[in-house]
Amino acid sequence: MNFIIGAFKPACHISVSFSDGKSRKQVPLKKENGQTLMVPLFQSQENILGKISIEPVSGKKVEHNGIKVELLGQIEMYFDKGNFYDFTSLVRELDVPGELYERKTYPFEFSTVEMPYETYNGINVRLRYVLKVTINRGYAGSIVEYQDFVVWNYTPPPAINNSIKMEVGIEDCLHIEFEYNKSKYHLKDVIIGKIYFLLVRIKLKNMDLEIRRRESTGSGVNTHVETETLAKYELMDGAPVRGESIPIRLFLSPYELTPTYQNINNKFSVKYYLNLVLVDEEDRRYFKQQEITMFRLAETS
Amino acid sequence: MLIANGIEDEDKWLAEGIAGIQHSAFYLHRALDSNNLREALKYSAQLLSELRTSRLSPHKYYELYMRAFDELRRLEMFFKDENRHGCPVVDLYELVQHAGNILPRLYLLCTVGSIYIKSKETPAKDVLKDLVEMCRGVQHPIRGLFLRSYLAQISRDKLPDIASDYEGEGDTFMDAVEFVLQNFAEMNKLWVRMQHQGSLREKEKLDKERNELRDLVGKNLHVLSQIEGVDLDIYRDTVLPKVLEQVVNCKDELAQYYLMDCIIQVFPDEYHLQTLETLLGAFPQLQSAVDIKTVLSRLMERLSNYAASSPEVLPDFLQVEAFTKLSNAIGKVIEAQVDMPIVGAITLYVSLLTFTLHVHPDRLDYVDQVLGACVKKLSGKAKLQDSRATKQVVALLSTPLEKYNNIVTALTLSNYPRVMDHLDAATNKVMAIVIIQSIMKNNTCVSTSDKVEVLFELIKGLIKDMDGTSTDELDEEDFKEEQNSVARLMHMLYNDDPEEMLNIMNTVWKYIMAGGSKRLPFTVPPLVFSALKLVRRLHGQDGDVAGEEVPATPKKIFQLLNQIIEALSVVPAPELALRLYLQCAEAANDCDLEPVTYEFFTQAFVLYEEEVADSKAQVTAIHLIIGTLQRMNVFGVENRDTLTHKATGYSAKLLKKPDQCRAVYACSHLFWVDDQDGIKDGERVLLCLKRSLRIANAAQQMVNVTRGSSGPVTLFVEILNKYLYFFEKGSPQITTAAIQGLIELIKTEMQSDSSTSNPASDAFFASTLRYIQFQKQKGGAMGEKYDPIKL
Repeated sequence: MNFIIGAFKPACHISVSFSDGKSRKQVPLKKENGQTLMVPLFQSQENILGKISIEPVSGKKVEHNGIKVELLGQIEMYFDKGNFYDFTSLVRELDVPGELYERKTYPFEFSTVEMPYETYNGINVRLRYVLKVTINRGYAGSIVEYQDFVVWNYTPPPAINNSIKMEVGIEDCLHIEFEYNKSKYHLKDVIIGKIYFLLVRIKLKNMDLEIRRRESTGSGVNTHVETETLAKYELMDGAPVRGESIPIRLFLSPYELTPTYQNINNKFSVKYYLNLVLVDEEDRRYFKQQEITMFRLAETS
Repeated sequence: MLIANGIEDEDKWLAEGIAGIQHSAFYLHRALDSNNLREALKYSAQLLSELRTSRLSPHKYYELYMRAFDELRRLEMFFKDENRHGCPVVDLYELVQHAGNILPRLYLLCTVGSIYIKSKETPAKDVLKDLVEMCRGVQHPIRGLFLRSYLAQISRDKLPDIASDYEGEGDTFMDAVEFVLQNFAEMNKLWVRMQHQGSLREKEKLDKERNELRDLVGKNLHVLSQIEGVDLDIYRDTVLPKVLEQVVNCKDELAQYYLMDCIIQVFPDEYHLQTLETLLGAFPQLQSAVDIKTVLSRLMERLSNYAASSPEVLPDFLQVEAFTKLSNAIGKVIEAQVDMPIVGAITLYVSLLTFTLHVHPDRLDYVDQVLGACVKKLSGKAKLQDSRATKQVVALLSTPLEKYNNIVTALTLSNYPRVMDHLDAATNKVMAIVIIQSIMKNNTCVSTSDKVEVLFELIKGLIKDMDGTSTDELDEEDFKEEQNSVARLMHMLYNDDPEEMLNIMNTVWKYIMAGGSKRLPFTVPPLVFSALKLVRRLHGQDGDVAGEEVPATPKKIFQLLNQIIEALSVVPAPELALRLYLQCAEAANDCDLEPVTYEFFTQAFVLYEEEVADSKAQVTAIHLIIGTLQRMNVFGVENRDTLTHKATGYSAKLLKKPDQCRAVYACSHLFWVDDQDGIKDGERVLLCLKRSLRIANAAQQMVNVTRGSSGPVTLFVEILNKYLYFFEKGSPQITTAAIQGLIELIKTEMQSDSSTSNPASDAFFASTLRYIQFQKQKGGAMGEKYDPIKL
């Protein structure tokens, strides 16, 4: 038994460490198997450098046709699972063909790496960054090790950030005016606003503000759209009368939001909407959806 | 059945709610014990979610709320102690806002908010303002009311009032005022909105439920009144106008009624007095269904009591012209509320009147003004039919009587009778009786004919038949009672000056003449006696200077009396008239007016002859005539003879023998007046007695014939007593022999076999004999006189 297990065991142990691994911020990343693990966080134009150490299983020698490390930016579509599209691919050769008898450490460096897209785990699409170490072994099959990391890109606050103000209604039935203080929110922002009831002829039961994420993948006729409600926040309980104004104050920090992604590598887009939903006593829903732009603000700590 | 089910269901839902709270509370306590903030927030939100139910009536909801409230106190203790959860209060304030459901979120926010204020990390006003704003999210009336009531509760001791911990650094009591006012306004809106939830069928139930919640709203006003900083200026310039604005604009009768009352009860009287105009200005703007009269009445009642509490405040009332303002306000309210039933208007006037009497007891013109306003309101309308309205009018009219204890004061109020004109006949009577009773109770003397005129104008319901009421329906006893009151009243009309007194009587006569035959028998006698009193007074004065024009002479009065008594002929009431004539005759006799006296007797005799037909009445009448005539001393021989002759003639013509007998022996006194100058005609006395004896004999025989036994000897004994009387008075014609003979006669009669014994007459005779015996033994002149009589 031991023999068999030994046979399928990788012939060597590969580990990747970043040179600023101790001080670098770690963020959670959800794996395919559902587990969350903490991985280092980078942003575009950063230098990614570190060491890769390879240690053969004791007493064995590893013959190889060369060792390399790749930095890959990949997009995986779920309808085409397992098939990764690399939008970024950088390679560093670590060793020429030869034999390894004992533990050997290779430094590596990718300088000012262009990583324009953020790591993203959607419903139908996944964007990931990974370091891939390959020990090329010809017939025996290569030994491959992956090290994930997360990329977030920060945006400065927009110069122009208008409020969203709108009057909507159903004739002779319901007229409201709502206002959200901005059209662009950062991920830890607070939505402040109010809803003003101009005319109420229906018996409302309650009113919610929803945050919806619209993820569209593919293009043309193959476009696939998934909408997800990330937050459902009750703004009002009961039936207001004409002239009431209901305050909105929604803290975004508790929700797992990402910035708005526009046409990432022609593969997918992620958009955010605020959906104001009014429900009447017969459970009819009246809603108005309004796109907001999300962005990631550099954290000042 | 449906309703029963509803109640059962509600109990079930309440039980479920409580169970839910207990369940969450268990986990909450565990989280609190282990200082786990995240869990605490989770379970407290879950616990508070039970309050999201719509199925409970306010009453049951309150029960649920109180359970949650208790748990929130524990949570608050936990939040307060930063060491336990390690989260600064400012972060906590954000953290609780992450809750997805609004109701739990806001309860938690209020809870943390109170701690936030306490920490003084931020100005209290900012937190308060934020809380009161955020609570707008709950628009459901019951849930909203309880939430805001919770807010009011937890902020109560954290308001930045003067000298409180939270004053200063930009926080002033005005922020507290603003906060409470805003919360009040929002709560009122929610409360009013309940009205529009549900069908008309449920209106009654809704009203009941709303009434259960009203104190939640009113509590805010109470808090406002407790804020130290709210002095008169702030109250006048900020608090009152804002509160009134809410009250007026909500256009809800229930709320308006309750809140106006609340304002009046909660704030000091002094404030009300100084802001009267503003406060009163709101009344005409209220819904017409609001029971304004009660509220205004309470206001006036409070002000009345305030005025009564210390005399020092009275100048304030004058200074602010409280009466004028109230009066105007009432006028406007009545004008504005076209639908207000008349009873409402009158109730208001009653309150205003009470207020006036308390605050301005000296201002009769105010009282009259109130009555005048009332008349204006009533004028142009049919007589009042509404029993409650008439009751109020009676109250209105009675109030001044009670206050002044003097009808005379009321008589100077020109509008008083005009108000009475609007009452129906029955109420008019009630009021008239109240007036009379007031006079009687206070022994008020009405002393001029003018006042008498006014007074009779007021009580004319009793004095004459009113239009449209038939006297047939009247209860006989009630009628008597009423007329007796009028009769009693007449004795209260008095003036020392004879002339004025005569005027008074003329006035009274003018009124009672119109009373009709049913009333005259009640009203004439007191008037007659009152006149006779005056006659006697005039006579007693002796100051009559001949030649001088004196308006009130006995003669004139007698003329009047003649008229008055004559009026009874239409009734007819001959017996009464006869008695009155005799009374007049006596009075005239006392005044030495022979012709007048004679005239009265003539009238009496005429009545006797023509009108008194009943034999019993005749007997009574003849005895009255004899008695009166006997006392006359004014007559000359001729007149006297005529009258006595007539009297004896009538006596002998009575129907029954015993009556004849008695009348005739009574006539004997007409010829023997035991005065110095009195007539003493023994001859005719004897004649009378003999005649009566004959009649007695005849009577005895008649009894014998008809019954076969002789009647009692009573008549003989009576005659014997007359004999003895005149004997003692010294009439020479009455001899001992005659007496002796009479005694023997009686004894014989008594012993005859056929006589039936009669204990009464036997005893009478026996005691007469005993008297004779006694006189005999007494000795002296009388003894000697009696001596010859043998028993």
